[in-house]
Amino acid sequence: MTPALGSSAAADKPAGSPAGARAILDAADLARIVDRIAHQIIEKTEGAADTVLLGIPTRGAHLARRLGDRIRAFTDRDVPIGTLDITLYRDDLRLRGARALEPTYVPPGGIDKQRVVLVDDVLFSGRTVRAALDALNDLGRPRAVQLAVLVDRGHRELPIRADYVGKNLPTSRAESVKVLLREVDDRDAVLIAGDIAANGGGAAR
Amino acid sequence: MIPHLLSAADLNRDDALLVLDTAGEMARIGGREVKKLPTLRGRTVVNLFYEDSTRTRISFEAAAKRLSADVINFSAKGSSVSKGESLKDTALTLQAMGADAVVIRHPESGAPHRLAQWIEGVVVNAGDGTHEHPTQALLDAYTMRSRLGRLEGLKVAVVGDVLHSRVARSNVLLLHTLGAEVTLVAPPTLLPVGVEAWPAAVSYDLDSVLPKCDVVMMLRVQRERMNASYFPTEREYSRRYGLDARRVGALPEHAIVMHPGPMNRGMEIAPEVADSVRSTIVEQVANGVSVRMAVLYLLLGGTGTRENQ
Repeated sequence: MTPALGSSAAADKPAGSPAGARAILDAADLARIVDRIAHQIIEKTEGAADTVLLGIPTRGAHLARRLGDRIRAFTDRDVPIGTLDITLYRDDLRLRGARALEPTYVPPGGIDKQRVVLVDDVLFSGRTVRAALDALNDLGRPRAVQLAVLVDRGHRELPIRADYVGKNLPTSRAESVKVLLREVDDRDAVLIAGDIAANGGGAAR
Repeated sequence: MIPHLLSAADLNRDDALLVLDTAGEMARIGGREVKKLPTLRGRTVVNLFYEDSTRTRISFEAAAKRLSADVINFSAKGSSVSKGESLKDTALTLQAMGADAVVIRHPESGAPHRLAQWIEGVVVNAGDGTHEHPTQALLDAYTMRSRLGRLEGLKVAVVGDVLHSRVARSNVLLLHTLGAEVTLVAPPTLLPVGVEAWPAAVSYDLDSVLPKCDVVMMLRVQRERMNASYFPTEREYSRRYGLDARRVGALPEHAIVMHPGPMNRGMEIAPEVADSVRSTIVEQVANGVSVRMAVLYLLLGGTGTRENQ
């Protein structure tokens, strides 16, 4: 039986560039995209009023923090930032096994009657977002829920779409997309590799 | 993780810390308005109790229910066991009913190990005879860590009826794995044969141990398992090994007092000590649910249904 230990360790390990991976976005692109999404959030939420950013660990949580920083820089408004771990709500628990949990942190104001923006690195099947919506349901009743992702790579298995997309990246199912962030990895980049065997890190889910 | 939780020694350091960290997250969920999680929806957990128990059975039941598992409670009293059904036949019945996990409490040491050989599901030892009670050790370690901030290097005294105590054995094994230093304190008659091979120090003198302790864990004097006289009188036992207010005064400022329950108030622990701010006895019960949620999640989460294995 594969342990939760192994998989969690893999998720947190700095993901080096797997052989044959090519960079789609570099650090400067990433910074520009975060700025753009921050602007879009401000626009669509009336200056980020009554808005809470909830990042899905690991990399979504870091992205949420970056977005919060940019929104503050542009509007002087402090947007509450939290994290939402969806491990206990996954629908593939039986197939992939128990994993270590990441912290869920809801800002002190809660999410009731707020506009919640979920933040994740890659949007793929949509199952992570479905799990996140279930998890949100147990935390409170937001006024509206929106979704921000750095990369949308297609292949949705559920009727879910993002409100803010950093980059639409057409891929084949055999490819893997990997987001690297300074906070966990050694640098900022988005990589694409033809080999699905490359360990899924924060990417392929 | 391991396939079953039969002994505290089954857990290596990483596994044990994973359980404690997971329990920490479970505890935070326990503080929310909606405490239920969908994680084990569709799984069946059987509580198979051949021995009386209040807190452990209820604790496992609450843990399984918070994870949305279906719970079947089985107690030997009033069941086919009183008609002479063997453990094996009962186990096969449960297996046929599709139990994904069996939580077993049994008066015979080793019963959970036998059970694990007969059934396909996960087996969790909830106390077997005088042998082990691993989830109690985990919740004790969790309580120590949350009160004192660490386990590495903690000095823990385990005091009293070590001979009949599965709690003591599991605690010694787990705390040793996690880097704490355990001293067993008991009259010579209440120490098991071979105790010198345990990874713990032994003392007969409580008063000399107390000033150096971070944790004092009092054990219940298990009169129901005593078929000989292990000490002259209860008063004498209480005088030499009971924890009263005077002895608590000898403890360092930060030290905590633990007891796995149920307590014999006035025997191994004075009522005013049990109810003091130093005592973590009620906390231990609350932490028990979080720790058992973590154990069920980590053991059951990874097992697929039989078809897709």
